[in-house]
Amino acid sequence: MTPEPYFFLIIFCGVAVVFPLMPLALAWMWRRFFQPPKPGPAKNATYECGVESTGEARVQFQSQYYLYCIIFLIFDVEAVFLIPFAVAFTGLPMAAFIAILVFLLLLIEGLVWAWSKGCLDWAKAR
Amino acid sequence: MSGQVDEGLRSELQKQGIWVTSTQELYNWGRRNSIWPLQFGLACCAIEMIATAASRYDLARFGGEVFRPSPRQADLMIVAGTVTKKMAPQIVRLYNQMPDPKYVISMGACAISGGPFKQGYNVLKGIDRYIPVDVYIPGCPPRPEALLHAFMELQRKIDAQRLTGDGKAGFLDRNQPSEFPVPAFGAHDLEPPSNPDVFHPPVVERSS
Repeated sequence: MTPEPYFFLIIFCGVAVVFPLMPLALAWMWRRFFQPPKPGPAKNATYECGVESTGEARVQFQSQYYLYCIIFLIFDVEAVFLIPFAVAFTGLPMAAFIAILVFLLLLIEGLVWAWSKGCLDWAKAR
Repeated sequence: MSGQVDEGLRSELQKQGIWVTSTQELYNWGRRNSIWPLQFGLACCAIEMIATAASRYDLARFGGEVFRPSPRQADLMIVAGTVTKKMAPQIVRLYNQMPDPKYVISMGACAISGGPFKQGYNVLKGIDRYIPVDVYIPGCPPRPEALLHAFMELQRKIDAQRLTGDGKAGFLDRNQPSEFPVPAFGAHDLEPPSNPDVFHPPVVERSS
């Protein structure tokens, strides 16, 4: 008698179910018959390196941080432009000097505008 | 359980290729060869503990190299170093957060008694005031060999723990506590200064 060609698949499925379930069942039986569970306030508490945890797990950053970052980024780029300008300053024509002044003026205008908008007040009343 | 099978008979069977064991032996064999310590060092003893875990002394030979960064997965707390009163509540809380069965090795003079800082105002005079200690290792600091010896002593202790009967291990006993009170900072000292259920200092008898 030839075995059903798909019979081994059924065996395989059976093993696949029993194999993970067996240790779980053993663990459950162990808990049931030998080792009584001993939960407690400290054991159930959040692990925080031994320190009692405080506050909420969900921490929100103020959106103000984002504006600070943007303004910082602009002035970071400004520094990148200014340093080569300063290095080559003596060899530059007048037009270059005026161009960089315009560039600076634009950025300073932006800073004044951001300042007047209150972007630089860190802890604004919410 | 173990002891019911005659040792001679067991040895005889083993020669014939039949291995007789009991649940208790199998359980303890597995446990003693996979003691996972809590990754937790306090002072200079921790350096020796690190050396023990590293390749030269190789704690892995005893199945104890898996230092866990969380108490949830740890079986053993090696109190390696000076326990200041500032740190004591955290240690007790970490111990409380470890799942049963759990063991404690008190490593070095400081963890046993306060060591050279015993007269100081800020050092706990032994971690056994708050949590039960299984193995003490004297030394300042103890060499890695000493820690290995303590580890083997702990393995022997685990091997001797019984699953059933009157003398069964404490973690299997429903009435044995798994957590111990965490001390708090008082006006002058930790409150309470020791846990009377755990701490039994030796009584020194002096002749008059």
